[in-house]
Amino acid sequence: MAHIAVPEGIPGIRSLVMFRPETGQYLYTLAQVLLRGQSPLTPAERELIATHVSARNNCTFCLSSHAAAARELFKEESNLVNCVIVDVKSAPVSPKIKALLSIAGKVQINGMEVQPEDIEAAIRAGANDRDIHDTVLIAAAFSMFNRYVDGLATLTPTDPKAYEEMGKRLATNGYSLPKPVNS
Amino acid sequence: MAHINLPDGLPGIRGPMAFRPETARHLNELAEVLLRSESSLSRGDRELIATYVSYLNDCFFCQNAHGGIAQHYLQCDMGFIDQVKVDFESTSISDKLKALLAIAGSVQKGGKQVTADQIEKARGLGATDREIHDTVLIAAAFCMFNRYVDGLGTWAPQDRNTYVDRGKMRAEEGYIHFDLYK
Repeated sequence: MAHIAVPEGIPGIRSLVMFRPETGQYLYTLAQVLLRGQSPLTPAERELIATHVSARNNCTFCLSSHAAAARELFKEESNLVNCVIVDVKSAPVSPKIKALLSIAGKVQINGMEVQPEDIEAAIRAGANDRDIHDTVLIAAAFSMFNRYVDGLATLTPTDPKAYEEMGKRLATNGYSLPKPVNS
Repeated sequence: MAHINLPDGLPGIRGPMAFRPETARHLNELAEVLLRSESSLSRGDRELIATYVSYLNDCFFCQNAHGGIAQHYLQCDMGFIDQVKVDFESTSISDKLKALLAIAGSVQKGGKQVTADQIEKARGLGATDREIHDTVLIAAAFCMFNRYVDGLGTWAPQDRNTYVDRGKMRAEEGYIHFDLYK
């Protein structure tokens, strides 16, 4: 049971933004511009960063829902999502994405873990300043989302099908604030 | 030097915000509603939660920027803010705020670190669900802001008194209608 009286039966962050839409609206617009807005990184690549950080934070709800979104967006290459969750180093992704995931993993620990060598490695692999900026902010944002979802002990579905549906919805519609329960 | 080419002369989060206004807008709107909108937690108490989490994350810019704002709202000196950071139990803040800071400290470590006992204790001291919610989200949001600021290697003024002057300004202007370049 969640730590506070959120709407019953609603999973994860959706229950929290329905409890408090005044803050929820900006969390969703932030997620939308970060993960779907204009960026040199594809939505699939950005969902992969979100998945990697959520896995490292051990946040089952965020990991499962963003992994499902990433699988939808990677289409026939969807297997690489599981590979990234298990081990980034051996995953079949480009050297650039590997370097950016490594930066995201450091941001997950703490911002100061990111060293000039990490940035240089990403630039050598073809990353530009916008790729690096977006990677750091996505990793930082999921360090927030993961804590928000788990810090209030929200409902975490255990049925993989529930996440498949979320993944499809997120891949198709992106992030929009759920309507209040009573409307 | 920052890890990417940010506009010159802007310390802390203002550099990345000027680099990417599309995301800055939503970050500032979130800060405004979390830290300044109508709430049963005072603006000073909310800035204190932000300061404490930024201290735990060792983010020099955020702990001093928000410490300066908290100092303005609470009309206290820097020594008091520092005492809250290192040992809030020994300060004169309310027991309810102590219980909320304990929850914020757990959130900083990881969401799952928050225990039912901590929630129960806060509730027993009069904290409402909304106050608990806002405490968790402020703590979580500063785990984002701190990582954004330090993860891009931004610079921060080292004279802590500069943050006290700016704290008054930020408290007056808020987080949305201000000039990043001033």
